[in-house]
Amino acid sequence: MEASKVIHAIYTDDDVLMSAVKTVRAEKYHIEEVFTPFPVHGLDKAMGLAPTRLAITAFLYGCVGLAVASAMMNYIMIVDWPQDIGGKPSFSFLENLPAFVPIMFELTVFFAAHLMVITFYMRSRIWPFKDAENPDPRTTDDHFLMEIAVHNNEESLTNLLKTTGAVEINIVDKDEDAH
Amino acid sequence: MASHYEAPIRRPLVTGEKSYHDVTVDVARPVEGKANKAWWIVFSIALVAFLWGIGCIIYTVSTGIGVWGLNKTVNWAWDITNFVWWVGIGHAGTLISAVLLLFRQKWRMAINRSAEAMTIFAVFQAGLFPIIHMGRPWLAYWVLPIPNQFGSLWVNFNSPLLWDVFAISTYLSVSLVFWWTGLLPDFAMLRDRAVRPFQKKIYALVSFGWSGRAKDWQRFEEVSLVLAGLATPLVLSVHTIVSFDFATSIVPGWHTTIFPPYFVAGAIFSGFAMVNTLLIIMRKVCNLEDYITVQHIELMNIVIMLTGSIVGVAYITELFIAWYSGVEYEQFAFLNRATGPYWWAYWCMMSFNVFSPQFMWFKKLRTSILFSFFISIVVNIGMWFERFVIIVTSLHRDYLPSSWTMFSPTFVDIGIFIGTIGFFFVLFLLYSRTFPVIAQAEVKTILKSSGERYKRMRENGESLSGTGSDVRTSHVKITSDETIVTKPVKDTTEQLDHLLKGIGEFDASSQKADDLKVISGIGPKMEEVLNDIGIFTYLQVSKMTKKEYDLLDEITGSFPGRAERDDWSGQAKTLLNN
Repeated sequence: MEASKVIHAIYTDDDVLMSAVKTVRAEKYHIEEVFTPFPVHGLDKAMGLAPTRLAITAFLYGCVGLAVASAMMNYIMIVDWPQDIGGKPSFSFLENLPAFVPIMFELTVFFAAHLMVITFYMRSRIWPFKDAENPDPRTTDDHFLMEIAVHNNEESLTNLLKTTGAVEINIVDKDEDAH
Repeated sequence: MASHYEAPIRRPLVTGEKSYHDVTVDVARPVEGKANKAWWIVFSIALVAFLWGIGCIIYTVSTGIGVWGLNKTVNWAWDITNFVWWVGIGHAGTLISAVLLLFRQKWRMAINRSAEAMTIFAVFQAGLFPIIHMGRPWLAYWVLPIPNQFGSLWVNFNSPLLWDVFAISTYLSVSLVFWWTGLLPDFAMLRDRAVRPFQKKIYALVSFGWSGRAKDWQRFEEVSLVLAGLATPLVLSVHTIVSFDFATSIVPGWHTTIFPPYFVAGAIFSGFAMVNTLLIIMRKVCNLEDYITVQHIELMNIVIMLTGSIVGVAYITELFIAWYSGVEYEQFAFLNRATGPYWWAYWCMMSFNVFSPQFMWFKKLRTSILFSFFISIVVNIGMWFERFVIIVTSLHRDYLPSSWTMFSPTFVDIGIFIGTIGFFFVLFLLYSRTFPVIAQAEVKTILKSSGERYKRMRENGESLSGTGSDVRTSHVKITSDETIVTKPVKDTTEQLDHLLKGIGEFDASSQKADDLKVISGIGPKMEEVLNDIGIFTYLQVSKMTKKEYDLLDEITGSFPGRAERDDWSGQAKTLLNN
């Protein structure tokens, strides 16, 4: 297993971190990862992360839910065993549609919400028994950690990070296959 | 640089001199500390009530629904009253976390976690009643549209009772994932602070390995927003569908088109009252007055006042429509409610729900904690009576005067209701001791804009940049020329001797110094400090115990408890073995 070196620069303030991210990016270094204890607004843009498409998946999952509900209602209430309930016979999906609206709505929400959350968990690789990967436990308290890969430029990178207000700069070996 | 501007006229949502680390400590304290006597007393009472309820449920299921006070005229009474009451209470949680998120109301952040917990626990209680009422709860799966041995026998999707099954289960499950997803970063915080291995394991398990990457947070926020967007119509649909259980019937007093909005307003009304009841106690017991402030209580009181007034308008509209419709049955139903044998229940409902929230027009009253608590209890009782009035007084004098009768609950009816209250409080009390009761990650995002300390700094024209650091977690700051070095300043020779005696001295001639920075929690600065003391090797660090940690803290005077929390000796042992 080949080990690569990364620099962990630790910050104690979100504003300092933001300006540090901008400085490091301006110097054309590639920021591997930033670990923060809370969502720092604008950080994803500053890091150049692509916008997430989870909302789009939610919409698509909702469409699936609606389709499933419609198909289910049509099969159960119209096709398989049409009944005459309260003088309102079930022979046409469209005519009976109003009674199906609540179920169609609920299943749309059910599919959209759950499948989106499952997608989020899978994409972010979070699930029960998953080990945490934040390198420093303080990053869930009040510390912010920026991880930058080192390619024989330890010195210049360290010097740059020192000027950005990092309180700790650690060089660590990282297994490539760790995650 | 992110601007944390907030209009100075807005009152701070987090009072006291709070830093990010303070938020962590304050939220973790109730979880990490020990329960006090009051907690155990209340928990025992709740547990006894819960067990009594279980006994009554077992009696009901084993003997039959006949042990309740129901009769052939009043065939829905306390069971459905309690069901609707609990579902209604559940609504405030989703309203706070979802609707207030869409409206970008920052004050929701201190209360959304507990309000959602309340929602989930309340919906548990609600779900119990229809299941017990089935009589054969082991056949409860018959409400699901699953292929079965009867051929093409399906559930009736035209029935609002079945819509209810789907609405409540969707609501419960979506609320649960919404709640749990929000909990992940906060569980991760507890995990990373946990000292005892068992707690660390549990919180590692429930936090799903949350690491807080920038990408995770981006997705997290998007998911929260979309879930809020989905939960908002969902919460409105749930009580709408509950009201359909009544509104689609032809029973006078139930057959009303006003029911959906009226029920939803009533649900929010009772839910906020229950949130107030719970949080007024919790902020005191868990020392969270700086997060759940009087302003929060005041805002909830305003919601109670508003929704209470909507409910009042609905009551009066019902009376008007009964008169205006010219339908004698409707007119009788409402006249009977107000002046019949159940007049006392009707007037309890009217005075508790319509009259009592009007006190909240007065600033003095709605900012009084004691008065808010009192009103919240009154509203809880009033909303129970509302459901009782709607259900029992509409049924007990039906179309056929010969079957007119009264309803009186048996001890089983009462026992199951008390049991669900006990169960609810058992769950909530356990929650308050094991869960982060405030969404601390979210509160941290508004700390610089709405925290009292930062508001003051901003008003004084100071820069907020760099003010997030806390001396307790980091006081060493690297400057570009590396001038600041923490050196032992006090006379600590005695402690030094003790410390080195405990872990052994370093012999430069025979031993080689290790890179202590590998140990998480030791940075370049701390390594220098340790070297100054005479600690150079993993072997030495691995021999450190609580005693040595304390000595080290005394010598360096920095990072108190840090070495112990990061388990330096454990880390060093691992390094030695590799």
